[in-house]
Amino acid sequence: MTESVHTGSIPDERPPANTVGPVAWLRNNLFNTWYNALLTILILYGLARAIPPLLDWLIVHANGFDTTPQECRTNGGACWAFVSEKLRFILFGTFPYDEQWRPLLTIVIFITLLLVSCDRRFWKWWLGLLWAAGFAAVAILMWGGVLGLTYVENTNWGGLPLTLILSVIGLAVAFPASILLALGRRSDMPAIKVMSVTYIELIRGVPLISLLFMASVMFPLFLPTGVSIDKLLRAQIAFIMFAAAYMAEAIRGGLQAIPKGQYEAADGLGLNYWQKMRKIILPQALAIAIPPLVNTFISFFKDTSLVIIIGLYDLLGTAKAALTDPAWRGFYREAYLFIGVIYWVFCFYMSKYSQKLERDLRRGHRR
Amino acid sequence: MAEAVSNARTFPQGGEVIQCLGVHKWYGEFHVLKNINLSVAKGERIVICGPSGSGKSTLIRCLNRLEEHQKGNIVIDGIELTGNLKNIELVRREVGMVFQHFNLFPHLTVLENCTLAPIWVRKKPKAEAEALAMKYLERVRIAEQAHKYPGQLSGGQQQRVAIARSLCMNPKIMLFDEPTSALDPEMVKEVLDVMIGLAQDGMTMLCVTHEMGFAKSVADRVIFMDRGEIVEQNNPQEFFNNPQSERTRLFLSQILNH
Repeated sequence: MTESVHTGSIPDERPPANTVGPVAWLRNNLFNTWYNALLTILILYGLARAIPPLLDWLIVHANGFDTTPQECRTNGGACWAFVSEKLRFILFGTFPYDEQWRPLLTIVIFITLLLVSCDRRFWKWWLGLLWAAGFAAVAILMWGGVLGLTYVENTNWGGLPLTLILSVIGLAVAFPASILLALGRRSDMPAIKVMSVTYIELIRGVPLISLLFMASVMFPLFLPTGVSIDKLLRAQIAFIMFAAAYMAEAIRGGLQAIPKGQYEAADGLGLNYWQKMRKIILPQALAIAIPPLVNTFISFFKDTSLVIIIGLYDLLGTAKAALTDPAWRGFYREAYLFIGVIYWVFCFYMSKYSQKLERDLRRGHRR
Repeated sequence: MAEAVSNARTFPQGGEVIQCLGVHKWYGEFHVLKNINLSVAKGERIVICGPSGSGKSTLIRCLNRLEEHQKGNIVIDGIELTGNLKNIELVRREVGMVFQHFNLFPHLTVLENCTLAPIWVRKKPKAEAEALAMKYLERVRIAEQAHKYPGQLSGGQQQRVAIARSLCMNPKIMLFDEPTSALDPEMVKEVLDVMIGLAQDGMTMLCVTHEMGFAKSVADRVIFMDRGEIVEQNNPQEFFNNPQSERTRLFLSQILNH
């Protein structure tokens, strides 16, 4: 080491062989310490014991879509005939059989609305109109009574459309409400602040089930006799109230992460409160709040299944009802697996989309 | 500054765009601003200096009501700053502010940062606001970055964008709150050059800064603050060569001899 100045540059070399490639990956991730190696081996053993019988039941010894329940019972494998036999009942509940294209179209409308809203190029003012039109179309399709459609009582609604109505409409209404609540909680005006805090803490302190019970049992006590609010509407309102309180706290977390300088810069330019919130603070706060918000979205989508306790038949409710058919009794694994997959597809897509959205919003404006 | 102002409700409207009369401010028990009397003529360039905690930032933040004063009167361009929100918004439209930490909006491009307030506050059509923004981005020599996000720019570039953003509102007064303090040393000059250009164009400027070279070359008046008071104010020549108070001499010796 006598030279102190380099002339020319050192050529790039390959890293040592034991630090790259699959073997190195295995060693770094699965066998890097003795207890990790032990865990890896235990888990591999567990998987080896669990997966073959599962595949055997699911696929190898499974019964096709046209077997009878008796054949299923003697064969022992999964009975997919149950799902194909009960498919329309699980998806659409007791909606009149010949009219079931209407709830099917409702599902299509909801999914289309959701997919369109996922694309940021469509985040324009008319998207709100599209949603309003979509909700109107859903109401017409489900209730009928106009345009030559027969009237269907909403006690006959069930299955996936009911789940989507409760969750999508619930979250669509709760989201703007939660923004107002979060802003209210951080407001300088004491009255608004106290009201927001009281509402949020009151609702968060009560289990959703009890809120649903109160909506269905206690709420009518406060109304004059003769006046009744529809059971579905009461459940919907209970959901909105609950979801709004939770999402408000997620959004508040985002609001608190915005540096004071952003408020001051917006104030300094002469923006008024709503301009400042809409253009500067909320776009940044909501982007930060995406993970907890999606968490709430996913859990509320699944929590709609709690309406079963007040006698509404959402997807879980219709699956359970399908199991009460004496001929098909006992195929609960297939029933729950089937609706489990439906729930999972929706939730997984939400999760994937939120990750994409986070990446897109972060691109460009790293601090 | 011994002139006691007793009948302080009349606001002379000569060339003065800023009038502070007997302004006091407290943070809780702490008395940050003590009897500030200051009037600034149109086109005047003022540098405010002083040790940290002397209240100099607080003073200029009171001038567009980012901070509230509790006693005295502040009149900006004929409008008194009180709790009246409408008046505050009117004043803020005419007063541009540049912050130590730039405070650009990270979710908007450079161009959008500049057009936001003209579009929403001045109600300018988008095309006109963009043309105006490009003119000022041109002027701070950063037009080619117009479609980037602030996070992709250096500190000096961000601060120049922040200046352009303020200029897009066509303000009558510009406030600078330590605009070069958060910059790497090699970027200070590019920001000061833009500010010198502004000064030469006759903008009314109040600048809190430790850049004494800037004070000497462009300021009409240098104000020295310490412990919430205006201790001394004078033209730069007199201020630097012949400081009157002991506190000023001490401060100058600390920042100039190193």
